[in-house]
Amino acid sequence: MENFPLLSAITFLPLLGVLIILSINGEKEIVERNARNAALLTTVATFLFSLVLWFSFDKTTAGFQFHEDAEWLGGGIKYNMGIDGISVLFVLLTTFIMPICILCGWNTIKTRVKEYMIAFLLLETFMIGVFCTLDLVLFYVFFEAGLIPMFLIIGVWGGDNRVYAAYKLFLYTLLGSVLMLVAMLYMYGQAGTTYIPDLMNYDFDPHAQMWLFLAFFASFAVKMPMWPVHTWLPDAHVQAPTAGSVILAGILLKMGGYGFLRFSLPMFPVASEELAWLIYLLSCIAIIYTSLVALRQTDMKKLIAYSSVAHMGFVTIGIFAFNIQGIEGSIIVMLAHGFVASALFLCVGVVYDRLHTRDIDRYGGLVNIMPRYALVFMFFTMASVGLPGTANFVGEVLVLVGIFKVSTWTTFFALTGVILGAAYMLFLYRRVMFGELTKDDLKAFLDLEKREILIFAPLIILTLWMGVYPSTFMDFIHVSVDNLVTQHEASMATYHAALETVTGN
Amino acid sequence: MNEIFPNLAVAYGEIFLGIGAMALLMIGVFKKDSVNLVSWLSAIFLVVALFLTVAGTGDVTYTFNNMFVADKFTNFMKILVLVAATLAVIMSREFFRLEGDDRFEFPVLMVLSTLGMMVMVSANDLMTLYMGIELQSLALYVLAAFKRDSERSTEAGLKYFVLGALSSGILLYGCSLVYGFIGSTNFSAISMAVSNMGEGGAPVGAIVGLVFVLAGLAFKVSAVPFHMWTPDVYEGSQTPVTAFFAVAPKVAALALLSRTLYVPFGEMSASWGQVVIFMSVASMILGSFAAIMQSNIKRLMAYSSIGHVGFALLGLIAGNAEGLRGVMIYMAIYLVMNVGMFVCIMCMRRKEEGMVEDIKELSGLGRNHPALALAISIFMFSLAGVPPLAGFFAKWYVIIPIVNAGYFTLATIAVLASVVGAYYYIRIVKIMYFDEPVEEFVAQKSFPMKIIATLSAVLVLAFIVPQISSPVLDGATAAAQGLSQK
Repeated sequence: MENFPLLSAITFLPLLGVLIILSINGEKEIVERNARNAALLTTVATFLFSLVLWFSFDKTTAGFQFHEDAEWLGGGIKYNMGIDGISVLFVLLTTFIMPICILCGWNTIKTRVKEYMIAFLLLETFMIGVFCTLDLVLFYVFFEAGLIPMFLIIGVWGGDNRVYAAYKLFLYTLLGSVLMLVAMLYMYGQAGTTYIPDLMNYDFDPHAQMWLFLAFFASFAVKMPMWPVHTWLPDAHVQAPTAGSVILAGILLKMGGYGFLRFSLPMFPVASEELAWLIYLLSCIAIIYTSLVALRQTDMKKLIAYSSVAHMGFVTIGIFAFNIQGIEGSIIVMLAHGFVASALFLCVGVVYDRLHTRDIDRYGGLVNIMPRYALVFMFFTMASVGLPGTANFVGEVLVLVGIFKVSTWTTFFALTGVILGAAYMLFLYRRVMFGELTKDDLKAFLDLEKREILIFAPLIILTLWMGVYPSTFMDFIHVSVDNLVTQHEASMATYHAALETVTGN
Repeated sequence: MNEIFPNLAVAYGEIFLGIGAMALLMIGVFKKDSVNLVSWLSAIFLVVALFLTVAGTGDVTYTFNNMFVADKFTNFMKILVLVAATLAVIMSREFFRLEGDDRFEFPVLMVLSTLGMMVMVSANDLMTLYMGIELQSLALYVLAAFKRDSERSTEAGLKYFVLGALSSGILLYGCSLVYGFIGSTNFSAISMAVSNMGEGGAPVGAIVGLVFVLAGLAFKVSAVPFHMWTPDVYEGSQTPVTAFFAVAPKVAALALLSRTLYVPFGEMSASWGQVVIFMSVASMILGSFAAIMQSNIKRLMAYSSIGHVGFALLGLIAGNAEGLRGVMIYMAIYLVMNVGMFVCIMCMRRKEEGMVEDIKELSGLGRNHPALALAISIFMFSLAGVPPLAGFFAKWYVIIPIVNAGYFTLATIAVLASVVGAYYYIRIVKIMYFDEPVEEFVAQKSFPMKIIATLSAVLVLAFIVPQISSPVLDGATAAAQGLSQK
């Protein structure tokens, strides 16, 4: 078992599911049933497989584990896989969210079930690949490849304005990424390798770092998304089917943050430090502006989409605080957001499946007939607000502690966002849940069914677990983040020393 | 230098094809109803020529008084040309069987034009260059106008002929200027003379000649600003002709362009560099933007090919082995994507209407013909350069050398153009999957067509696997090093 390529197995297991589903033929009903089952089975198997990482991950080392190395394109471009404390939880998050996505489209997706399941499984492979790979080219391949299934998921199974949203997602993200591609090519030319750990140790010229940082920023800021390039997200979220929104909020957005942690910070330390003000500025604008926009939304999904942008603002602030609390906090916020935002989109999906509208005004008084649903929705609303005892609280506090050491003004503006967050989430909850049940078409609503409870239960457990006892998760990331910060400080010290010699002479 | 009897071994492929074409002509003329036979024999002859080419050692060998050369580079490019030609012959066979209007001249002309392309690839003298181009072009003019009772086809042929003749004239003028100012038509001799002149020592007349030669060749690869014929000819010609046009002549002309720029004028890269940069940028931009407005799938492919030539030219700008390697990999991947795509276009056929070419006809293809739609999507995403498909690696290998050479702006323009290009490629995917279905196509029954489409789609998908890509990558590396060392 020592040399078993575990990461490749986890990454490409969903592809096996794709092949199985492709080989299903026969009557429509049977095909659909089998496709659903095969997809669920594959994603659950992938999740169970990935649990091996949870148990056998060595939490005492900052190095890359489960390393795999094979020849690929030649010329220093190799097939390298490996995970460290920063990526391991994202892999687990992905494999954990996927079965939920499959379950959530179980009854609601009625057209082209086979293709739907294939698209999700492909997407899973690409997403896991992003977090597992240690090669720049491979990273780009996985990072971009995810666009194809996402484009189709939104375009084929999305809402009324799905074509526009799908185009916007695809072109926006592609535009950001191609700039990163040029930067990657430059790095390859300079360092002669695309092996990420080697690139982390390579000292890029401080001037070039600025350009490289901006090029990577273009890609990750779009993916994240940061203000002002966030506009694709509300459209994509609103038009995507529920499971698509869950994936978007739960995992795809994390790629941006992961990218900052994996590339921008360790590879371009000087530029990161120099341009941190830009990140703070954009993040603060994002937090306040999108929170205000969220207050005015009439569409539930759009509201949660804007809240995602605000939460991602916390993530970027935390990452660019350059200290342990900030970075750990931002990872926890990302994970927590993965659970909570996914759950909120699922909550919207529950009522959307029943009434087929996301218009907040069409609802009201649901608490009277759907008590269990009201409880679940309440829980996640509170979690999104950052109530102590939930995962978001831990992350946000850590981020704020981290940034307070660096910039008090940024802390101040970010805190405003917390208040506004409480406002728009509670406002949403009041409008949908409380009040008189006056609308006739709502009266026939059934409360959560077994499948839906099964979907929400693990999310609730994890949100609470992470909120009450975060150490379980922090233990995974601590050593790696510590190492990242130490490395960063070391390279900054070298840079400043070099600057002083220049000016000293 | 002057052999009494030339070394024929180097040109066995060409000689065989030349004799073969004559034999096919005889069979076609004297044997009744021999279309089928001639077609399949043409395909077989092309395959035999392929084997004869592969059998070559790959060592640099000159023959016919240094006018003809064979090395690893020519081998690589000839393999591409011959594969493309063979597939085009097979495709046209299947096409005409359904469409009628079956004439044996068609495959014979294809073989003759392929022979011209092989000569182009192996040209080591301005005379050979011109001869190859003319042999290729004359056959192509006829092929473009092959459906003689169709106005569009005749128009395409005439347009191609008039513009082609003009470009040949420009080319010839350029050749004569080069000869006049440098004193030789032989590539090796020109190369020697140019390097003796030293940096910036080339006479103005020679530079003007070089630019004229470049213009003539740009016409053949349909680079902007000499691209005007492409959309009309692509649209007007019958689909198998377009499929042939889209790949083989482009590969051959690009091979010729590469050799011309690298070998005789390698030392003058400062002079031709700017011209190639302009052509490349203009082609990429025009190819991306103009295609957005197209509603005919063949016209769209024409603009797409203009854009792709722009990308391929990027490799030449770097002016080193790495860049040349990029061009070769690009053309290999381009070949697979285009052949596959044109097979799919030939599947766009209805019972009453016959062949349809409007993009809207693809609406809802994802439901009517899932396999065909899947194949087209694979080609579209690949042409757009989205990883993990082959098209991404094609772009990757031409952009690396220019980034390494310090052309960051150029690289940025290129990737931005590819985003604009992605818009119209994914539009096809959108039409196939997001729009409501229209009337179904006739199911494709031809076995060879299915095989070609499936194989190309699988290759495009599997290029990321090292076992599939390494023959191309290694072959291109070896060939590129051979050429740029001289």
